[in-house]
Amino acid sequence: MIAMVPFSALANPHRFMSFSDRMLPWMGWLTALLLVTGFIWGLFFAPPDYQMGESARIMFVHVPSAWLSMFAYAVLAGASLMSLIWRHNLADMAAKSAAPLGAAFTFLGLVTGALWGQPMWGTFWEWDARPTSMLVLFFIYLGYIALWETIEDQQKAARAAAILAIVGSINAVIVKFSVDWWNTLHQPASLSRLDAPAMHWSFWVPLLICALGYTMLFLTLLFVRMRTEVMRNRIRRLRMKQVGA
Amino acid sequence: MSEFLAMGGYAQFVWPAFMISILVLLGVTVLTMRSYRREQAMLASLEKKNDATAPAEY
Repeated sequence: MIAMVPFSALANPHRFMSFSDRMLPWMGWLTALLLVTGFIWGLFFAPPDYQMGESARIMFVHVPSAWLSMFAYAVLAGASLMSLIWRHNLADMAAKSAAPLGAAFTFLGLVTGALWGQPMWGTFWEWDARPTSMLVLFFIYLGYIALWETIEDQQKAARAAAILAIVGSINAVIVKFSVDWWNTLHQPASLSRLDAPAMHWSFWVPLLICALGYTMLFLTLLFVRMRTEVMRNRIRRLRMKQVGA
Repeated sequence: MSEFLAMGGYAQFVWPAFMISILVLLGVTVLTMRSYRREQAMLASLEKKNDATAPAEY
């Protein structure tokens, strides 16, 4: 019976390891293909916007970053909830792995937003609902990462971090609806209605390719980071065994 | 070509936005792969040691 416990605990990480091992090469190539196509299309072939001119090209890096900052948070909060309910190891690893990626996307959303804000709004930064809630999102990511770093006991760290992630989803909701709830300089959602987009296809097709590229990059790196965490766990267990032996 | 590089007067905003995006995405990828390879090597050496001292246990 005792021998059954480590086996069942390993069962899912095992399945994850073999699944991700098979998927990752394909995911990596698809990511590269989408990102190269999307960036070249966005820079060279998309037309200039009739109001924003060539500055509209910033959209192809700004919007995907901003979307992925939210997608990564959804993964972080969802995995955290699963971790609290089912105490599943792999859920902790998914959440822990998503955080630095989400922080990077949020950082890019803020920086490319500032670079777009200067020519369009006349300022790099405005304490406006959307950028402000994005800045808070960035700090929540940093706080989440810091929690894992500072709490020694892995199980306690996982719980504390999961609670922070779930409480922080209030801010994620604010980010999402900030452009609707407040009068803000930021324009509303770019692709809210896929059946009748507010954008011409020559904009939204390359934008979609960029966004898919960012999404695939996130999923690919998420898998690699989760594999790293599974290996770290195994290393920890092997070390304990060697000390105990 | 120079017209393309000028980005209709928005060169100092468009190019940095793309450059920093590419740099950060590459940077995150490099960091992720580096720690992956490091743990992979560590695990391989530990498992070798473990196999030498004790039979494999599953």
